[in-house]
Amino acid sequence: MAMTRRQRRLVLIGGSVGVLAIAVGLVLNALSGSIVFFNSPSDVMEKHLAPGTRIRVGGLVKPGSVERGADLKIKFEVTDGKHDIPVKFQGIVPDLFREGQGVVAEGKLESGNLIAADTVLAKHDERYMPKEVVDALKKSGRWQEGEAAAGGSAK
Amino acid sequence: MIPELGHYALVLALALGLVQSIAPVIGAVTRDGTLMRLGNSTAVMQFVFVAASFLALTICYVTSDFSVATVYENSHSMMPLVYKISSVWGNHEGSMLLWVLILSLFGAMVAIFGANLPSSLKANVLAVQSWIACAFYIFILLTSNPFLRLAQAPFEGRDLNPILQDPGLAIHPPLLYLGYVGFSIAFSFAIAALIDGRIDAAWARWVRPWTLMAWMFLTLGIAMGSYWAYYTLGWGGFWFWDPVENASLMPWLAGTALLHSAVVMEKRNALKVWTILLAILTFSLSLIGTFLVRSGVLTSVHAFATDPTRGVFILCILILFIGGGLTLFAWRAPMLKQGGLFAPISREGALVFNNLFLTTACLTVFVGTLYPLALEALTGDKISVGAPFFNLTFGPLMLALMFAMPFGPLLAWKRGDVYGAAQRLMAAIGVGLVVVALTFLIEGERSVVAACVVGLAFYVMVGAAIDLVERTGLMRVPFRIALARAAGLPRSAWGTAIAHFGIAVTLLGVISAGTWGTERIVAVKPGQTIALSHYELTFDGVKQQPGPNYSAVVATFTVRRAGAVVGVMQPSKRTFATRSMSTNEAALMARGFGQLYLSLGDSEADGSLAVRLYYKPLVLLIWIGAVIMMLGGALSLSDRRLRIGAPKPARGARPAMQAAE
Repeated sequence: MAMTRRQRRLVLIGGSVGVLAIAVGLVLNALSGSIVFFNSPSDVMEKHLAPGTRIRVGGLVKPGSVERGADLKIKFEVTDGKHDIPVKFQGIVPDLFREGQGVVAEGKLESGNLIAADTVLAKHDERYMPKEVVDALKKSGRWQEGEAAAGGSAK
Repeated sequence: MIPELGHYALVLALALGLVQSIAPVIGAVTRDGTLMRLGNSTAVMQFVFVAASFLALTICYVTSDFSVATVYENSHSMMPLVYKISSVWGNHEGSMLLWVLILSLFGAMVAIFGANLPSSLKANVLAVQSWIACAFYIFILLTSNPFLRLAQAPFEGRDLNPILQDPGLAIHPPLLYLGYVGFSIAFSFAIAALIDGRIDAAWARWVRPWTLMAWMFLTLGIAMGSYWAYYTLGWGGFWFWDPVENASLMPWLAGTALLHSAVVMEKRNALKVWTILLAILTFSLSLIGTFLVRSGVLTSVHAFATDPTRGVFILCILILFIGGGLTLFAWRAPMLKQGGLFAPISREGALVFNNLFLTTACLTVFVGTLYPLALEALTGDKISVGAPFFNLTFGPLMLALMFAMPFGPLLAWKRGDVYGAAQRLMAAIGVGLVVVALTFLIEGERSVVAACVVGLAFYVMVGAAIDLVERTGLMRVPFRIALARAAGLPRSAWGTAIAHFGIAVTLLGVISAGTWGTERIVAVKPGQTIALSHYELTFDGVKQQPGPNYSAVVATFTVRRAGAVVGVMQPSKRTFATRSMSTNEAALMARGFGQLYLSLGDSEADGSLAVRLYYKPLVLLIWIGAVIMMLGGALSLSDRRLRIGAPKPARGARPAMQAAE
């Protein structure tokens, strides 16, 4: 089965295109099913997302909203100054999870705009604010530029 | 005085770099030997000056000279010496200085060890290397000068970010940079070859050791970073598909492909154009990684500071080198003569298959990393692309590649016999299937996919062994002859088998820790016992312990298995007053290749302590596999045919190889 140079090249190109097509298929399939959109609390209120959607919400932990229950259950509200979104979570919240500080929660949206979070992220040091939170606060007009220098620095 | 000397040394390095950027190229065009040789001495001196600059900065950190802005920002007089030194690169400015230090080191090494390179190629390589260096010297001097002084020296520094106060910082960045930046040599060789318009198998022989060296460091650097994240972040995860991690994985994938395609080029004089392109792409991905990490477009543990001018500057460097490199490639590559022919089923074909899958897998990582950035820039929508995406795209491609991997070394050059190879792999296939069946029986149907992956890992491991058995003729010829053949086998053959074995070991660790790990998050009170996998852990209580620049809360757990005490684990939490933040020090206990992992959460209102407990079976294999891969690379690098400056293989070494084939 001696092949000509032309045939060999065709096999090579055909194979490459085939693998690429498979990869594109995999990527599109994965993108349609496994990405998560980020929302500010105002977005959640305005967009009327269907319950069961996976989302990320970022903002500040509303002061006075944190309730700790048994078995490491915790409830708190994420606020961007305009709207508050309740979040429930079971597990260990990050070390720097505090009232009035930036937080990002990811999980399933339940009815009443409650988020059943499976992941809660907080800032990693006193100078850092998650970028998503900064943007959400900027959008709701609750961002003071004075904080900007502190906001974008190291995590 | 010392910071000014360091600053001045860097300026001198730039001056030398500018000379080296131009003179050797002119020399190569006019065939002027003196100008061409000029690059040798400037490359060495560049390294000397950058090293002096780096040393000056290190002295500032060690002596806690808080009149220097970066020292004030990132150091503290009470820090242990090792962290004072490693905090030199624990910030943006210093890490860029480390970057150029390694870049100039590689330049100097080419100048010193590249004595057998054709003089015009060497001159061009050194010039291209110097173009990159100059771009980054200017970047540092204009936007990220680590030697800037403060008008008034504060008495105390602001301390290094506590997360970085870890031995990991001393090891991970230098290793990673040796890898990242090491690929610049492959890039410079590719550009020099394109300028020359001439390229042959010898080119691949010169490039391979450099690529291999960079690849080894990158492998180790990524593994080290992964282990650091694993024990320091307290979530028990070893890979988060964080964009910054992906930024180091992409050059690794492209570099691995480059290693393999360079073999084809060296042995068969084929795939030249592709190899050149890969060399350009690999370093381009390193540059993109630097851009992603250093520009501040990503917020992550690695983004030290955000300054838009820096981002724009690095973006310009990126466009200049990647754009310039690819343009030169498009212009000159068609002039390169095509090399040897081969059938689709052959050693070359297998290596093409390898390249195809590695670059496609790299592409999926690229999409997953940059798509969120592009989407946000275009539509303002913010998305996060995490593990599920990569498991569905990168995963299948890598598994397919792993399945084909043992076939490659068993196929002959030019035209191979896939049935013959399959026959010789029967033992590996058999072992793989038995392992799948056993895993399935033990673990049940909830992990069918995982069982298949475990089988795949064993199949690859046995396949790597079969490669060696076939080459030495073990089983077929008397043992003594096989032993003699094993000794005569080229070290690169051993290297291949060992590296392939290593990746399978890593795969086994990844799938086992990911599928059969146990995780518990509980609130415990002193005296309480928690069951975790086969172990019982009793919480004995907490105590306070002061550290040099922090105070720690240490919890003690006694670990028992079937009633017998096997050890004590002490996870702790450190609070750093200077930055009012705390870090988690997880406690790890190795049990075979598995690990028990404890990390502390907050104290609850009722006096109990929140704890994360993990048992991760075979998790250590993930990093052991990476070390095995690195050793395979090292063995290959020590092959005399690859050694820089070595002559062609002696005839005496041939019979063993031919007999093996």
